[in-house]
Amino acid sequence: MDTVKLLAPIVLALPFLMFFVLGLLGNKMKPNVAGILGTCGLSIVAIVSYFIAISYFWGFGRVGEEYSQEILFNLDWLKMSETLPGLTIKIGFLLDPISAMMLVVISTVSLMVHIYSMGYMHGEEGFQRYYAVLSLFTFAMMGLVIATNIFQMYIFWELVGVSSFLLISFYFIKPSAVAAAKKAFIVTRFADMFFLIGILILSYYTETFQFLDLTAVSGDHATLVHDRMCGEEFFGFLPAISTAMFLIFLGGAGKSAMFPFHIWLPDAMEGPTPASALIHAATMVVAGVFLVARMFPVYFFEAADVLTLIGYIGAFTSLFAAVIACVQTDIKRVLAFSTISQIAYMFVALGVSGYTSEHEACLGYTSSMWHLFTHAMFKACLFMGAGCIIHAVHSNEMSAMGNLAKKHMTITHITFLVSCLAIAGIPPFSGFFSKDEILVAAANKDTVLYVCQAFVAGLTAFYMFRLYFRIFWWNENESYKHHAPHEAPKNMTVPLIVLSIFTCFMWIEKFFPFFPDKITADRKTLDLEFDSVIAGASVLVALVGIGLAYWLYKEKNDKPDAIASKVKCLYISASHRFYIDEIYLFVTRNIIFGGICKAIAWFDRHVIDGFMDMLGWTARESASGIRDVQSGNLQKYALGYILGVIIIAFFVFCSL
Amino acid sequence: MNLPIEAYLVVSTLLFFIGVFGFIARKNLIGILMSVELILNAVNINFVVFNRFLYPNELEGMIYSLFVIVVAAAESAVAIAIIINVYRKLKNISVESIESLRN
Repeated sequence: MDTVKLLAPIVLALPFLMFFVLGLLGNKMKPNVAGILGTCGLSIVAIVSYFIAISYFWGFGRVGEEYSQEILFNLDWLKMSETLPGLTIKIGFLLDPISAMMLVVISTVSLMVHIYSMGYMHGEEGFQRYYAVLSLFTFAMMGLVIATNIFQMYIFWELVGVSSFLLISFYFIKPSAVAAAKKAFIVTRFADMFFLIGILILSYYTETFQFLDLTAVSGDHATLVHDRMCGEEFFGFLPAISTAMFLIFLGGAGKSAMFPFHIWLPDAMEGPTPASALIHAATMVVAGVFLVARMFPVYFFEAADVLTLIGYIGAFTSLFAAVIACVQTDIKRVLAFSTISQIAYMFVALGVSGYTSEHEACLGYTSSMWHLFTHAMFKACLFMGAGCIIHAVHSNEMSAMGNLAKKHMTITHITFLVSCLAIAGIPPFSGFFSKDEILVAAANKDTVLYVCQAFVAGLTAFYMFRLYFRIFWWNENESYKHHAPHEAPKNMTVPLIVLSIFTCFMWIEKFFPFFPDKITADRKTLDLEFDSVIAGASVLVALVGIGLAYWLYKEKNDKPDAIASKVKCLYISASHRFYIDEIYLFVTRNIIFGGICKAIAWFDRHVIDGFMDMLGWTARESASGIRDVQSGNLQKYALGYILGVIIIAFFVFCSL
Repeated sequence: MNLPIEAYLVVSTLLFFIGVFGFIARKNLIGILMSVELILNAVNINFVVFNRFLYPNELEGMIYSLFVIVVAAAESAVAIAIIINVYRKLKNISVESIESLRN
């Protein structure tokens, strides 16, 4: 415990230091030196994170059947008022099962990405800048997950947004990358505005930012929130708690790319592939899930309607994104939509979850966090595998690929296959266990959600194996004659192997001691028997999806085109992502900019500016009327003076 | 010779208004300066006359007129210095020539 307390600040301080060193001195170093420096710094962070997580889960964290919440440090960072102690923003370290788990996820994926990038980004201009921003991102993400209060989370929330922006626009000479970065930043900032309003409403009533105070539960209520906010109304008609919690969720929906804020994530694939793996697949985009999990007692006890809504939004988004993923041709876009779909799974799990083991579907919370963990590993592996493939064929498009299984890309091939099997939910890979628990939780609570998610599981298997067969099977590509694909260098394949080991063996709990027990939302351990019916059903659905993909894509044929032309309407609208981007463009450009803003601009230019112009005009005209009096002629002044004296004297005499 | 006080006051008033007229009408800066001296002297006459007729046993009026003479001497020294500088600069000492001081 004392050692952990001593080591804890390193997790924040070291990445921040690396950011400064690489950002300020990076250009003076050789690229390799900067890369190795960044990677070494991150290795230390990873070791410390693992140490903290292991000593928490296997040491001081476990008290009986319950895991404790430890505040390792909590410094006053910004004191806003002497009289209101709650109005102090603190920077601290809250250690509980989910933050310990997130430490492992972030440091593992980040370390793998650092190693991988040494190969992938080799020789790129701005290599040092890339590593500096990666360090900034790691710092921000660490700060986010260990936040002791919601304002600290908000601060780091914005910092991850900035580092995401910087990484998407890494190739800033490409107009599409600049546009994607702006889109990502504006959309997430727009959602963050709701988050901030939600924070303000919540802390206005409760007078605290601290998570431990906000989420304290006794009996059937989140005590503080219940006492201060129950029955309060916002704007006179909105229930204050539900409004605040819904707005906070909207912030999470923006970062986690839930419908209708999902539009930025596919475009964010303009960034370097390893950065996509780290930020837009494994860590940053699950911040929304983490936020809802962090505030879970408040959602469950005080805003159950919002929690149900979260479940349905998640279900809709997962279906929506999975359908789009089936028709995309850019492999990174397929993975992006798959990410949206899988994160939506986590939201569904939270939406149906109960708080303690007495509530129904109490598995939802733990399965959501567990899926977060497994998804981070296999999705990072998939993205890095896609990076190796892009590295080999120099294109993102499926049409430039095919038959890569026979091109000596064995490691990429096997790790990609393992990750595809995991995401499709085939035992014994990690995705099967986490997804199966989500389905069990959904089935316990809401049959509609279960059917929807089981169907999406089938779709997931289909589009992932469409991707797999289309890349590694299909037929030989013409372009290979000019440029033979080859396996990536070692520093790119080793991270793939590490991540696929995680994916293969994560079900052996003693082997990866980062989630030793199933933990419900009240941090108690949970024993649950394996539900073989639901597991069997989900495996069957996944096999059907894989079989369909095998039938359509095992070798070059006309069947996919034939099917596409049969459901032309659906196919075209899905490949245009159901025109959501166009709707956004229409709303912003035609309605907001073209309509409302034009009217406001007219009012500003003609009424407000006109009034100001009139004031200036009046002053100028009246001044030019009397300016001739000041002629500079001494004698005229004297004459005026004397006449004035005479007039005054006259009046004085008259009044005597 | 016992003139009444009005006689003295008429002289000083005439002197004062001659000075005022000169100040307004003269174009030459030296002339304007001389007009100012006339005005000051009209005031001096008033001081002395009122002192003589109203408070014959006291000296304040006399002292004041002496004081005014001293100040007037200082003032004309300064004014002439300015006029010399204006002349050096503009080769001209008419009052219109210093209208540009306005800016």
